[in-house]
Amino acid sequence: MTSMGWLLPLVQILIVLNAVLIAVTYMVLLERKVIAWAQSRLGPMRVGPHGVLQPIADAIKLLLKEDITPARADKWLFTIAPIMSLVPALIAFAVIPFGGHARIFGRDVPLFIADVNVGLLYIVSITSIGVYGIILAGYASNSKYPLLASLRASAQLISYEVAITMMLVSVIVTAGTLSMVAIVEAQLHNHVWFVFVQPVALVVLFIGGLAETNRTPFDLAEAEQELTGGFHTEYSGMRFAMFFLAEYANMIVVSAVVTTLFFGGWLPPFPNVGWLAFLGWIPGWMWFLVKCFVFLYVFVWIRATLPRYRYDQLMRVGWKVLIPVALANLFVTAILKVWL
Amino acid sequence: MSLFDTDELVINMGPQHPSTHGVLRVVLRLDGERVVGADVVIGYLHRGIEKLSEHRDWQQIVMLTDRMDYVSAATSNLGYCETVEKLMQIEVPRRARYIRTILSELQRIASHNLWLGTHAMDIGAMTVFLYNFRERELILDLFEEFCGARLTYSSMRIGGLPLDIPSGWARKVSAFCDLFETKIPEYEDLLTHNRIWKERTRNIGVISGADAIAIGLTGPPLRGSGVPRDVRKDEPYAAYDEFDFDVPIGSAGDIYDRYLVRLEEFRQSLRIIRQAIAGLPEGPVVGKVPRLIKPPAGETYHAIESPKGELGFFIVSDGRSNVPYRFRVRPPSFCNLQALPRLIKGHLVADVVAMIGSIDIVLGEVDR
Amino acid sequence: MGVNPAPPAGPPDPPPPADLSVPGFISPLQSALPDAVTQVSYWVGDWTMIVATNRLLDVMRHLRTAQEASFDACCDVTATDWPPRAERFDVSYALFSTRHRHRVRVKVRVADSQAVPSVTSVWPSANWLEREVFDMFGIPFDGHPDLRRILMPDEWQGHPQRKDYPLEGPGEMLLENPMDWLRLRYEP
Repeated sequence: MTSMGWLLPLVQILIVLNAVLIAVTYMVLLERKVIAWAQSRLGPMRVGPHGVLQPIADAIKLLLKEDITPARADKWLFTIAPIMSLVPALIAFAVIPFGGHARIFGRDVPLFIADVNVGLLYIVSITSIGVYGIILAGYASNSKYPLLASLRASAQLISYEVAITMMLVSVIVTAGTLSMVAIVEAQLHNHVWFVFVQPVALVVLFIGGLAETNRTPFDLAEAEQELTGGFHTEYSGMRFAMFFLAEYANMIVVSAVVTTLFFGGWLPPFPNVGWLAFLGWIPGWMWFLVKCFVFLYVFVWIRATLPRYRYDQLMRVGWKVLIPVALANLFVTAILKVWL
Repeated sequence: MSLFDTDELVINMGPQHPSTHGVLRVVLRLDGERVVGADVVIGYLHRGIEKLSEHRDWQQIVMLTDRMDYVSAATSNLGYCETVEKLMQIEVPRRARYIRTILSELQRIASHNLWLGTHAMDIGAMTVFLYNFRERELILDLFEEFCGARLTYSSMRIGGLPLDIPSGWARKVSAFCDLFETKIPEYEDLLTHNRIWKERTRNIGVISGADAIAIGLTGPPLRGSGVPRDVRKDEPYAAYDEFDFDVPIGSAGDIYDRYLVRLEEFRQSLRIIRQAIAGLPEGPVVGKVPRLIKPPAGETYHAIESPKGELGFFIVSDGRSNVPYRFRVRPPSFCNLQALPRLIKGHLVADVVAMIGSIDIVLGEVDR
Repeated sequence: MGVNPAPPAGPPDPPPPADLSVPGFISPLQSALPDAVTQVSYWVGDWTMIVATNRLLDVMRHLRTAQEASFDACCDVTATDWPPRAERFDVSYALFSTRHRHRVRVKVRVADSQAVPSVTSVWPSANWLEREVFDMFGIPFDGHPDLRRILMPDEWQGHPQRKDYPLEGPGEMLLENPMDWLRLRYEP
């Protein structure tokens, strides 16, 4: 270790944080554009060519907006709620492996901030904190619609967290490790992406991910048509923007986790097939981003297509379908792991 | 003694709410998310059209009828003009009756388009909304070409029409029918067999046919409950007795059946328009109307089938002034809305918006 | 112009022409409830029965249940104001039968502040329609479950559809200032 050993993680954190924030703002543009095309519209076209500067204009607008705290709100909780929502979404990126190792300026630089040996556990626990932001926002607003929304959010969290965690356990059993980097390497050594080993887990995890990130068809906590915007009804300006950023950051986290666990992370497709070796010339982080992008697109695509579930139906899907399926999957995985 | 204190939560939905389609206010009493009771508060858009009409002469009132159901102005025009014609016993030329039929069926498609878009939007399917507005725009273009206006048409006059259709208009209407027929499956692809859509709309707000009649439902909500009641068939007006069309009815009487009924009405409307275009007779478009409209003393009630239901006009003339003595509208939205508290009782908050959408109200007509 | 003719004292309600056959449900009604129907009239295709106010509910129940009538839908309830007449209001009900597909109009005549029996027990659909008549004309309905104003604000004074109510509103109090509303609400 040189005396500059503390510098590298700091630079990594800065790069990842900025990249994530930019990705989040452009995710908003992507969503607006893709939905517009699905609906035979053009989407944002005025700010910059084809609206590419729209996210920047949006960010400036949100920063300059008046930040209103309702008179009867719990001011302290009202302020801390958006922070509690955004921060977990951002620090979850600490364990996401964007790539393997790269040589930069003659140094061996890992393309992830930390390789925690309980990485997956870390992600599960950190992202669960995010929902407290939503619950607190609903409570602190001292308003009825946000309150209903936060009740919905907590119910939703409880139902889907269970299924997701059980599916993650299936993957952990398959890979034999909790470290995100090691899971990717396990896919390299096993000569197969885990999507082919655990297809059921992928489906359940993705559905659960939709619910965890409050996306259509599970966007009950912010159902605009029912609860006039749900938990962020009373929020404005930058504090509203934080909720907004948190939602999109969570989408990226879910996409990144799904990519890492099931689609080989930074690995090119079929890395062990000889004649496909030329794919390895494309850097690993590019593969990672492309795979993430596919899932983000699916998120948007679903939003443009499906109506919204009702609160009790969401519960039914969670408890009566996903959790039994997850349990069965875990059971079968465990048996096969022991006997084979 | 109960362990937990369970208070009812009173929540005020509207008059500023994204899903109350205007300025409807519903005061909901909730137990958790379940609706225990509801009170509908209306009147925020009351402009006194009935009172105002008693101070406007007979031709000017056509313009006021535009402002009642502002997404379906042509049918309101038609209902009013036919009522006055009935009072004065004016014979309307056949060509005018045909064109009126075409206009009101185009209007029905446009109104149902708007309904389907907003209804689907309320349930969270946002793309259907844009698809519907894309087609509605084409109908508005047709109306613009006919009468110059896109929303408040004033497209009819007592005794006929203000003017004949422009040349080539009938061909454009046929072209629209051909195009629209290919678009209906697009809506169906997104909704009809969509699992989530079905779960959100099936067995919600069920009402039996007899109850629906008793509580005053008319139009598609009544037909969704399996009652084949359609003013176009029961008491034909304009030229409906000359065309061949079916009255679609549902069986379950839930939101899904009301949706299916309206979707089938798209097709039946196209059928009527095509027959009317094919058989469009030549001739004048205005009947023998006196220069000064002054119906003889008497009163009458006349109803038509607007896209929302039975739109009735009750008009009293005193026979000597050039304004109606009493002008009363029987607004279908108003009477259908009356069923809302009953329909949503016991359902969840999310169903309330679905229900408001499924009975298809326009607050301009509810409040007049 | 110049000479204002005297306001009309009521609708003509002409009797049906002699060569026209009366619909089948009217004579059974007249024999079942003698002297409930005071007059039958016909104009441009509409049949109207004028009914004594105190017999209204009996007539309506008969029309709802009798086989040959079976008027299961109450389409409309409204009123007309004829100020010179002693019984100044005509309350008229537009009924429709979905089985026989025929219509009839039933009218009762009431004086100012005289109550009309509510038909909500016969047709629930009359609920809001009667509320509107109450709101617009100030005609009270006996036995109505929820008789409140419906279109006008609760604290509104006067009944806009009466002929003596000016088109411009209540006159000296144009209610442009929010304080006027408060005054209405707290100083009845």
